[in-house]
Amino acid sequence: MSSMKLHYDVDNTDFTRAGEASSDTKKKLKLMGVSPEVVRKVAISMYEGEINMVIHANGGTIDVTISSDNIVLVLKDEGPGIANIDKAMEAGYSTANENIRSLGFGAGMGLPNMKKYSDEMNVKSEIGVGTTVTITIYNELT
Amino acid sequence: MTVLDAIEKSGFKVLNLSDDAEEREISGVYCCDLLSVVMSKCFENAAWVTIMANVNSVAVATLTEMSCIILADGAAIDEIMITKAKQQGITVVQSDKPIFETALKINQLVNANA
Repeated sequence: MSSMKLHYDVDNTDFTRAGEASSDTKKKLKLMGVSPEVVRKVAISMYEGEINMVIHANGGTIDVTISSDNIVLVLKDEGPGIANIDKAMEAGYSTANENIRSLGFGAGMGLPNMKKYSDEMNVKSEIGVGTTVTITIYNELT
Repeated sequence: MTVLDAIEKSGFKVLNLSDDAEEREISGVYCCDLLSVVMSKCFENAAWVTIMANVNSVAVATLTEMSCIILADGAAIDEIMITKAKQQGITVVQSDKPIFETALKINQLVNANA
């Protein structure tokens, strides 16, 4: 299988369109015959990433590269950056506001969930510049 | 039991019915309102009972391949959620009972027919 690249702009500041990128990627992976467990891992980590971009960074971009070995997601934003990445990775730690919580998010589980469902995850962040999260999920071809 | 069967017997109010409701089976019942938890714990073809009535619920239901969303406690739904549910083909119904009673009812129906 040659590699396939997908690009998404997550540019909305409300939730109405959040989930479209992960939903589209999920459909494509299913059509390509990627195993359901891998599809699930990609869909969850990508959706959490999308939500994070909408909540904290006013949008961003997601690049997906699908190959026979793995699926790599690069989630890039130009938001405020994460002051303490170790803290942000702790389950339950959240800086989201009350409005976000009333919508069912902001419980401090976004990044922990992304880590849980990825095989490799790297977070690079600089205050005032932005955050890039790179996620690799191994493709178990059946 | 299929989604359509369960809904008809439950008496819950139908807000959107997906095209596959007649064939789609309910595999079990799942309750939670925290979407990150739902995403990581909910299973395929679950009937998801929640009070979280917004567009994110539909996105989560789509990603985890649930059979339907059951809004408990008469949770008010907005137009955007319904539009999204129609687009994504997700069945959404509404119950005026609290989460526990709602889930119990749907669970009894699903098990009665197992």
